[in-house]
Amino acid sequence: MSWMTDAWREVAGLFVDDGWLAAAILVVIAVAVIVALGLGASLAAGGVLLFGCLGVLAANVIAAART
Amino acid sequence: MDLTTGWTTAAPAVSAAFLASLVEVVEAFTIVLAVATVRGWRPASLGALAGLALLAVIVAAFGPLLGLVPLKLLQFTVGTLLLLFGMRWLRKAILRGAGVIALHDEALAFAAETAELREHAHRRATRLDWFAGLASFKAVVLEGLEVVFIVIAVGAGHGLVVPASLGALAAAVLVLGIGLLVHRPLARVPENMLKFAVGVMLSAFGVFWVGEGLGIAWPGEDLAIPVFAVLFLLSGLAGVALARRPAVEEMP
Repeated sequence: MSWMTDAWREVAGLFVDDGWLAAAILVVIAVAVIVALGLGASLAAGGVLLFGCLGVLAANVIAAART
Repeated sequence: MDLTTGWTTAAPAVSAAFLASLVEVVEAFTIVLAVATVRGWRPASLGALAGLALLAVIVAAFGPLLGLVPLKLLQFTVGTLLLLFGMRWLRKAILRGAGVIALHDEALAFAAETAELREHAHRRATRLDWFAGLASFKAVVLEGLEVVFIVIAVGAGHGLVVPASLGALAAAVLVLGIGLLVHRPLARVPENMLKFAVGVMLSAFGVFWVGEGLGIAWPGEDLAIPVFAVLFLLSGLAGVALARRPAVEEMP
Protein backbone atom coordinates (compact mmCIF):
# COMPACT_ATOMS: atom_id res chain seq x y z
CA MET A 1 0.00 0.00 0.00
CA SER A 2 3.03 2.28 -0.10
CA TRP A 3 1.92 3.64 -3.47
CA MET A 4 -1.28 4.89 -1.79
CA THR A 5 0.81 6.73 0.79
CA ASP A 6 2.89 8.16 -2.05
CA ALA A 7 -0.29 9.14 -3.89
CA TRP A 8 -1.70 10.86 -0.79
CA ARG A 9 1.59 12.74 -0.29
CA GLU A 10 1.53 13.86 -3.92
CA VAL A 11 -2.11 14.98 -3.69
CA ALA A 12 -1.36 16.97 -0.52
CA GLY A 13 1.74 18.34 -2.24
CA LEU A 14 -0.46 19.86 -4.94
CA PHE A 15 -1.54 22.47 -2.44
CA VAL A 16 1.29 22.64 0.07
CA ASP A 17 4.62 22.52 -1.71
CA ASP A 18 6.31 25.36 0.11
CA GLY A 19 4.86 25.46 3.62
CA TRP A 20 5.80 29.12 4.11
CA LEU A 21 3.81 30.20 1.03
CA ALA A 22 0.77 28.09 1.88
CA ALA A 23 0.71 29.33 5.48
CA ALA A 24 1.06 32.96 4.37
CA ILE A 25 -1.82 32.58 1.87
CA LEU A 26 -4.02 31.13 4.62
CA VAL A 27 -3.12 34.05 6.90
CA VAL A 28 -4.05 36.55 4.15
CA ILE A 29 -7.38 34.77 3.65
CA ALA A 30 -8.01 34.77 7.42
CA VAL A 31 -7.32 38.52 7.62
CA ALA A 32 -9.66 39.10 4.66
CA VAL A 33 -12.37 37.09 6.45
CA ILE A 34 -11.87 39.15 9.63
CA VAL A 35 -12.04 42.43 7.66
CA ALA A 36 -15.14 41.21 5.81
CA LEU A 37 -16.82 40.23 9.08
CA GLY A 38 -15.80 43.47 10.80
CA LEU A 39 -16.55 45.96 8.02
CA GLY A 40 -19.11 43.98 6.09
CA ALA A 41 -18.24 42.34 2.79
CA SER A 42 -16.56 45.50 1.58
CA LEU A 43 -13.93 46.16 -1.04
CA ALA A 44 -11.45 46.62 1.84
CA ALA A 45 -11.60 42.86 2.39
CA GLY A 46 -11.11 42.37 -1.35
CA GLY A 47 -8.09 44.69 -1.29
CA VAL A 48 -6.58 42.77 1.63
CA LEU A 49 -7.10 39.53 -0.26
CA LEU A 50 -5.75 40.65 -3.64
CA PHE A 51 -2.81 42.75 -2.53
CA GLY A 52 -2.04 40.40 0.36
CA CYS A 53 -1.67 37.50 -2.09
CA LEU A 54 0.46 39.57 -4.48
CA GLY A 55 2.66 40.69 -1.56
CA VAL A 56 3.05 37.17 -0.21
CA LEU A 57 4.03 35.90 -3.65
CA ALA A 58 6.64 38.63 -4.13
CA ALA A 59 8.09 38.13 -0.64
CA ASN A 60 8.26 34.36 -1.08
CA VAL A 61 9.96 34.55 -4.47
CA ILE A 62 12.52 37.08 -3.26
CA ALA A 63 13.22 35.00 -0.13
CA ALA A 64 13.65 31.86 -2.26
CA ALA A 65 16.02 33.68 -4.61
CA ARG A 66 18.21 34.78 -1.69
CA THR A 67 18.60 31.33 -0.14
CA MET B 1 -25.64 36.42 -17.48
CA ASP B 2 -25.39 38.20 -20.84
CA LEU B 3 -23.28 36.89 -23.70
CA THR B 4 -20.33 39.27 -23.16
CA THR B 5 -20.14 38.62 -19.43
CA GLY B 6 -20.65 34.89 -19.99
CA TRP B 7 -17.77 34.77 -22.46
CA THR B 8 -15.61 36.87 -20.12
CA THR B 9 -16.07 34.20 -17.45
CA ALA B 10 -16.05 31.17 -19.72
CA ALA B 11 -12.95 32.06 -21.75
CA PRO B 12 -10.52 32.17 -18.79
CA ALA B 13 -12.12 29.01 -17.32
CA VAL B 14 -11.85 27.05 -20.57
CA SER B 15 -8.34 28.40 -21.28
CA ALA B 16 -7.14 27.57 -17.75
CA ALA B 17 -8.55 24.03 -18.01
CA PHE B 18 -7.03 23.57 -21.48
CA LEU B 19 -3.55 24.87 -20.63
CA ALA B 20 -3.34 23.13 -17.24
CA SER B 21 -4.50 19.86 -18.79
CA LEU B 22 -1.93 20.26 -21.55
CA VAL B 23 0.85 20.29 -18.93
CA GLU B 24 -0.58 17.39 -16.93
CA VAL B 25 -1.35 15.17 -19.93
CA VAL B 26 2.16 15.74 -21.31
CA GLU B 27 3.62 14.61 -17.96
CA ALA B 28 1.36 11.54 -17.76
CA PHE B 29 2.02 10.67 -21.42
CA THR B 30 5.79 10.74 -20.81
CA ILE B 31 5.49 8.04 -18.11
CA VAL B 32 3.02 5.93 -20.11
CA LEU B 33 5.28 6.13 -23.15
CA ALA B 34 8.30 5.14 -21.04
CA VAL B 35 6.37 2.08 -19.79
CA ALA B 36 5.32 1.22 -23.35
CA THR B 37 8.89 1.59 -24.61
CA VAL B 38 10.34 -0.77 -22.00
CA ARG B 39 7.50 -3.30 -21.57
CA GLY B 40 5.18 -2.77 -24.54
CA TRP B 41 1.80 -1.12 -24.91
CA ARG B 42 -0.17 -3.83 -23.07
CA PRO B 43 0.85 -3.00 -19.45
CA ALA B 44 1.12 0.71 -20.37
CA SER B 45 -2.39 0.95 -21.78
CA LEU B 46 -3.92 -1.36 -19.14
CA GLY B 47 -2.42 0.80 -16.38
CA ALA B 48 -3.56 3.99 -18.10
CA LEU B 49 -7.09 2.66 -18.65
CA ALA B 50 -7.32 1.53 -15.02
CA GLY B 51 -6.21 5.02 -13.97
CA LEU B 52 -8.84 6.64 -16.19
CA ALA B 53 -11.48 4.27 -14.75
CA LEU B 54 -10.53 5.25 -11.18
CA LEU B 55 -10.73 8.94 -12.12
CA ALA B 56 -14.19 8.37 -13.63
CA VAL B 57 -15.31 6.66 -10.39
CA ILE B 58 -13.96 9.56 -8.31
CA VAL B 59 -15.77 12.13 -10.50
CA ALA B 60 -19.00 10.11 -10.52
CA ALA B 61 -18.85 9.62 -6.73
CA PHE B 62 -17.93 13.13 -5.67
CA GLY B 63 -19.27 15.25 -8.54
CA PRO B 64 -22.94 15.13 -7.49
CA LEU B 65 -21.95 16.07 -3.90
CA LEU B 66 -20.87 19.51 -5.17
CA GLY B 67 -24.53 20.36 -5.77
CA LEU B 68 -25.26 19.77 -2.07
CA VAL B 69 -22.68 22.30 -0.84
CA PRO B 70 -24.03 25.85 -0.30
CA LEU B 71 -22.76 28.08 -3.14
CA LYS B 72 -20.92 30.60 -0.92
CA LEU B 73 -19.14 27.83 0.98
CA LEU B 74 -18.25 26.11 -2.31
CA GLN B 75 -16.87 29.36 -3.77
CA PHE B 76 -14.83 30.10 -0.62
CA THR B 77 -13.42 26.56 -0.38
CA VAL B 78 -12.64 26.23 -4.08
CA GLY B 79 -11.15 29.74 -4.10
CA THR B 80 -8.87 28.91 -1.16
CA LEU B 81 -7.70 25.68 -2.84
CA LEU B 82 -7.19 27.54 -6.12
CA LEU B 83 -5.03 30.15 -4.40
CA LEU B 84 -2.92 27.44 -2.73
CA PHE B 85 -2.62 25.48 -5.98
CA GLY B 86 -2.30 28.38 -8.44
CA MET B 87 0.17 30.43 -6.44
CA ARG B 88 2.31 27.31 -5.93
CA TRP B 89 2.47 26.83 -9.71
CA LEU B 90 3.13 30.53 -10.25
CA ARG B 91 5.89 30.62 -7.63
CA LYS B 92 7.60 27.60 -9.18
CA ALA B 93 7.27 29.03 -12.70
CA ILE B 94 8.74 32.36 -11.54
CA LEU B 95 11.68 30.64 -9.84
CA ARG B 96 12.26 28.44 -12.91
CA GLY B 97 11.98 31.45 -15.22
CA ALA B 98 14.52 33.29 -13.08
CA GLY B 99 16.92 30.35 -13.10
CA VAL B 100 16.67 29.83 -9.32
CA ILE B 101 15.42 26.24 -9.73
CA ALA B 102 15.93 23.92 -12.66
CA LEU B 103 13.44 23.54 -15.50
CA HIS B 104 11.38 20.38 -15.78
CA ASP B 105 12.54 18.35 -18.76
CA GLU B 106 10.27 15.70 -20.31
CA ALA B 107 13.18 14.03 -22.14
CA LEU B 108 15.04 13.58 -18.84
CA ALA B 109 11.86 12.43 -17.07
CA PHE B 110 11.40 9.85 -19.84
CA ALA B 111 15.01 8.69 -19.52
CA ALA B 112 14.72 8.40 -15.72
CA GLU B 113 11.48 6.39 -15.94
CA THR B 114 12.83 3.98 -18.57
CA ALA B 115 16.05 3.54 -16.55
CA GLU B 116 14.03 2.70 -13.42
CA LEU B 117 11.90 0.19 -15.31
CA ARG B 118 15.00 -1.46 -16.81
CA GLU B 119 16.57 -1.63 -13.36
CA HIS B 120 13.48 -3.47 -12.14
CA ALA B 121 13.72 -5.74 -15.19
CA HIS B 122 17.09 -6.98 -14.01
CA ARG B 123 15.92 -7.56 -10.44
CA ARG B 124 12.33 -8.81 -10.70
CA ALA B 125 11.62 -9.92 -14.23
CA THR B 126 8.45 -11.86 -13.41
CA ARG B 127 6.73 -8.97 -11.67
CA LEU B 128 7.77 -6.33 -14.17
CA ASP B 129 4.51 -6.14 -16.10
CA TRP B 130 2.68 -5.51 -12.85
CA PHE B 131 5.22 -2.85 -11.83
CA ALA B 132 5.11 -1.23 -15.29
CA GLY B 133 1.31 -1.17 -15.31
CA LEU B 134 1.32 0.37 -11.83
CA ALA B 135 3.71 3.12 -12.97
CA SER B 136 1.37 3.93 -15.85
CA PHE B 137 -1.67 3.80 -13.52
CA LYS B 138 -0.06 6.12 -10.95
CA ALA B 139 0.94 8.67 -13.58
CA VAL B 140 -2.56 8.83 -15.03
CA VAL B 141 -4.27 9.01 -11.61
CA LEU B 142 -1.98 11.64 -10.11
CA GLU B 143 -1.83 13.92 -13.15
CA GLY B 144 -5.52 13.26 -13.84
CA LEU B 145 -6.48 14.28 -10.29
CA GLU B 146 -4.90 17.66 -10.93
CA VAL B 147 -6.94 18.00 -14.12
CA VAL B 148 -10.15 17.01 -12.31
CA PHE B 149 -9.45 19.52 -9.53
CA ILE B 150 -8.73 22.34 -11.98
CA VAL B 151 -11.84 21.62 -14.07
CA ILE B 152 -14.05 21.58 -10.96
CA ALA B 153 -12.32 24.61 -9.44
CA VAL B 154 -12.60 26.90 -12.46
CA GLY B 155 -15.99 25.59 -13.52
CA ALA B 156 -18.06 24.83 -10.42
CA GLY B 157 -18.71 28.36 -9.20
CA HIS B 158 -20.45 29.51 -12.39
CA GLY B 159 -21.84 26.29 -13.83
CA LEU B 160 -18.93 26.02 -16.29
CA VAL B 161 -17.86 22.45 -15.49
CA VAL B 162 -18.90 21.16 -18.93
CA PRO B 163 -17.05 23.87 -20.96
CA ALA B 164 -14.01 23.49 -18.69
CA SER B 165 -14.17 19.69 -19.15
CA LEU B 166 -14.26 20.19 -22.92
CA GLY B 167 -11.16 22.39 -22.64
CA ALA B 168 -9.39 19.62 -20.70
CA LEU B 169 -10.57 16.97 -23.15
CA ALA B 170 -9.30 19.03 -26.10
CA ALA B 171 -5.87 19.21 -24.45
CA ALA B 172 -5.85 15.43 -23.87
CA VAL B 173 -6.83 14.71 -27.48
CA LEU B 174 -4.20 17.14 -28.77
CA VAL B 175 -1.36 15.69 -26.67
CA LEU B 176 -2.30 12.06 -27.32
CA GLY B 177 -2.73 12.73 -31.04
CA ILE B 178 0.66 14.39 -31.41
CA GLY B 179 2.30 11.95 -28.96
CA LEU B 180 1.11 8.87 -30.81
CA LEU B 181 2.26 10.38 -34.11
CA VAL B 182 5.77 11.38 -33.02
CA HIS B 183 6.07 8.48 -30.55
CA ARG B 184 8.42 10.23 -28.18
CA PRO B 185 8.11 12.58 -25.16
CA LEU B 186 6.75 16.01 -26.05
CA ALA B 187 9.86 17.79 -24.81
CA ARG B 188 9.28 20.90 -26.91
CA VAL B 189 6.12 21.95 -25.09
CA PRO B 190 6.98 25.24 -23.34
CA GLU B 191 5.96 23.78 -20.00
CA ASN B 192 7.22 26.57 -17.78
CA MET B 193 5.45 29.23 -19.84
CA LEU B 194 2.24 27.19 -19.65
CA LYS B 195 2.62 26.74 -15.90
CA PHE B 196 3.23 30.47 -15.54
CA ALA B 197 0.05 31.27 -17.52
CA VAL B 198 -2.03 28.70 -15.64
CA GLY B 199 -0.67 29.86 -12.28
CA VAL B 200 -1.67 33.43 -13.17
CA MET B 201 -5.19 32.38 -14.18
CA LEU B 202 -5.79 30.03 -11.24
CA SER B 203 -4.57 32.67 -8.77
CA ALA B 204 -6.90 35.23 -10.36
CA PHE B 205 -9.82 32.79 -10.12
CA GLY B 206 -8.82 32.02 -6.52
CA VAL B 207 -8.97 35.65 -5.40
CA PHE B 208 -12.27 36.10 -7.23
CA TRP B 209 -13.93 33.00 -5.73
CA VAL B 210 -12.73 33.64 -2.17
CA GLY B 211 -14.12 37.18 -2.50
CA GLU B 212 -17.41 35.90 -3.90
CA GLY B 213 -17.57 33.41 -1.04
CA LEU B 214 -17.17 36.30 1.41
CA GLY B 215 -19.92 38.24 -0.37
CA ILE B 216 -17.60 40.91 -1.79
CA ALA B 217 -19.20 42.74 -4.73
CA TRP B 218 -16.20 43.01 -7.09
CA PRO B 219 -16.33 46.08 -9.36
CA GLY B 220 -17.25 44.91 -12.84
CA GLU B 221 -18.30 41.52 -11.42
CA ASP B 222 -16.80 38.79 -13.68
CA LEU B 223 -14.67 41.37 -15.50
CA ALA B 224 -12.59 41.55 -12.32
CA ILE B 225 -11.05 38.13 -13.19
CA PRO B 226 -8.99 39.36 -16.19
CA VAL B 227 -7.96 42.43 -14.18
CA PHE B 228 -6.70 40.18 -11.37
CA ALA B 229 -4.94 38.02 -13.97
CA VAL B 230 -3.11 41.07 -15.34
CA LEU B 231 -2.01 42.03 -11.82
CA PHE B 232 -0.72 38.51 -11.10
CA LEU B 233 0.99 38.47 -14.52
CA LEU B 234 2.78 41.77 -13.87
CA SER B 235 3.67 40.63 -10.36
CA GLY B 236 5.04 37.36 -11.75
CA LEU B 237 7.11 39.09 -14.42
CA ALA B 238 8.47 41.47 -11.80
CA GLY B 239 9.27 38.44 -9.63
CA VAL B 240 11.25 36.82 -12.46
CA ALA B 241 13.23 40.03 -12.94
CA LEU B 242 13.90 40.43 -9.21
CA ALA B 243 14.88 36.81 -8.64
CA ARG B 244 16.85 36.34 -11.87
CA ARG B 245 20.04 34.29 -11.67
CA PRO B 246 22.33 32.81 -14.31
CA ALA B 247 20.73 29.75 -15.96
CA VAL B 248 21.24 26.44 -14.14
CA GLU B 249 21.59 23.03 -15.74
CA GLU B 250 18.26 21.41 -16.62
CA MET B 251 17.20 18.58 -14.32
CA PRO B 252 14.01 16.48 -14.03
